[in-house]
Amino acid sequence: MRDSAESVVEMDRVSKVYAGGVAALRDVSLTIHHGEFVAIVGPSGSGKSTMLHLIGTLDRPSTGTVRIANHDVSRLSDRSLAALRSSAIGFIFQQFHLAPNVPILRNAADGLLYSGLARRDREERARIALRRVGLGHRLHHRPHELSGGERQRVAIARAVAGNPRLLLADEPTGNLDSVSGAQVMHLLRELHQGGTTVVVITHDREIAESLPRQISMLDGRIDTGVPA
Amino acid sequence: MTVQLRPAGLRLSDMARVAVTGMRARPLRAFLSALGVALGIAAMVAVMGVSASSRAEIDRTLQLLGTNLLTVGPGQNLTGKRAELPMKATAMVRRIGPVTAAAATGAVTAKVYRTDRVPTALSGGIAVLAADLNLPATVGGQVHAGDWLNPAAARLPTAVLGSAAARRLGLERAGNRIWLGQRWFSVTGILAPVPLAPELDSAVLIGWDAARDIGFDGHPTTLYCRSEESQVEAVRSVLAGTANPAAPNEVLVSRPSDALAAQRATDQAFSGLLVGIGAVALLVGGIGVANTMVVGVLERRAEIGLRRSMGATRGHIRIQFLSESLLLSLFGGAAGAALGWLLTVAYAFSRDWPPVVPTWALLSAVAGTGLVGVVAGLYPAVRASRLSPTEALTAP
Repeated sequence: MRDSAESVVEMDRVSKVYAGGVAALRDVSLTIHHGEFVAIVGPSGSGKSTMLHLIGTLDRPSTGTVRIANHDVSRLSDRSLAALRSSAIGFIFQQFHLAPNVPILRNAADGLLYSGLARRDREERARIALRRVGLGHRLHHRPHELSGGERQRVAIARAVAGNPRLLLADEPTGNLDSVSGAQVMHLLRELHQGGTTVVVITHDREIAESLPRQISMLDGRIDTGVPA
Repeated sequence: MTVQLRPAGLRLSDMARVAVTGMRARPLRAFLSALGVALGIAAMVAVMGVSASSRAEIDRTLQLLGTNLLTVGPGQNLTGKRAELPMKATAMVRRIGPVTAAAATGAVTAKVYRTDRVPTALSGGIAVLAADLNLPATVGGQVHAGDWLNPAAARLPTAVLGSAAARRLGLERAGNRIWLGQRWFSVTGILAPVPLAPELDSAVLIGWDAARDIGFDGHPTTLYCRSEESQVEAVRSVLAGTANPAAPNEVLVSRPSDALAAQRATDQAFSGLLVGIGAVALLVGGIGVANTMVVGVLERRAEIGLRRSMGATRGHIRIQFLSESLLLSLFGGAAGAALGWLLTVAYAFSRDWPPVVPTWALLSAVAGTGLVGVVAGLYPAVRASRLSPTEALTAP
């Protein structure tokens, strides 16, 4: 039983400076607890993407500490980070990133490709995940036969097939019409209700405001509403 | 609750599936780059196959003709004149223990024409030879048309034509007459080409007695002898002294099968050159594969980013591109080996050779393409694995 007060993401005075001296994040501290449904919202250039990369352990901070599922990201090797991602984090991208001409069951099952599970188990879990997102009847369709919203649901199934502790969605509705977008948000809400920690990164204030907690980003800082 | 974070290994079957999927995503490009490798391999396998088949054919011929034929020819004497053998040379040679058969031909100075109307200058370079009756049996000659000389015919003006001589005289069947040494000879037969004694092909052969009638002195000039296979070298060492005891240095002893065997060696040198050309083709094919992989890495940055986000390590990415390159190359290699094999069989069939494709050629083709695939894939794979996940994901 996971303690609901247990933190999934802990950032402590995190800065990220890119080569050339561009500071994308400055002194950001935040904690996301298990079971939360959080929006990280801000205009482009506010540091959202850097937040995604750091929370997703795709990058390391320049200063400060990032702890994901109780692992200090700075102290982990590239290999260990890969293992952490495969076991604890599910990603959803704006562009879906599905393999063309590959049946959606395999697309979803490939989310577990690096988990060490046998193919049969991967496909079994992918089948369950696809049923969860309402695509149980289309397992053998190929991505180009699906609508944009359905494709994003396949990507969600791929991300949650391994029951990650943290689901990271980067502009999940960015490429979708409003109806499909609403369906995707509804699905994320369901996953949250099922106990998954969900972090949505978006520039869309409306979407952000529909979530229980918003973290507003501006110029690489968390915007507290008080001028810095 | 810190747990050990150790990435899982990728199963071989999964590795293969990922590689095949990557290849199938761009089938035309995969086909074209595999084609380059296939052509190189096909060229190499075909060259090795054809030369192996031709060697097999020579071996088969040697087997058929035997390597135990020795030829005693006239050398030159000290004054530079063409030497001839003593009258009794054939009989003497027959007396050598391991010799199983001996037959002689003697050069007749007469000229031969299709008819008596042909100008004397147009003799066509056809030799006239007096021949022992057991000559075809000794040299392994076959009668192509008509009959060989018999004891009765050998005294009469009858002739048997070598294959080239018959062609030059324009005769395809026995039964015609030819104008030989100022008289008519009837043609009783035509020989098939004699591989071990090609000098007979361009000769007209007549009986010993018939030859005397047109001024032949009776001295044999060339002597053919068969001996027991194991004793050939021993016979060879005494042959000169036996055939011409008075002047053994004036005779030339040779083993015609050696010439055929030598042909085999030149054949090998030639095929070495062609294999070199095939290797260049293979190299170019390998560069094609490398090029495909480099372009693939550039195009598939988003896929690499996705895989990294799903937990792929650098090693996973590296092995993915390496195995894809290996697979691409191996497909090309397998297709090339099959094509080379087909070419060899077709060519051998057209030449009536036994088709032989050496197993080592096929195995080295597969090993070669494997090597090409790995080498070609190494750089792109390392490049793909060095791509940082964030860079890969932000690629357009």
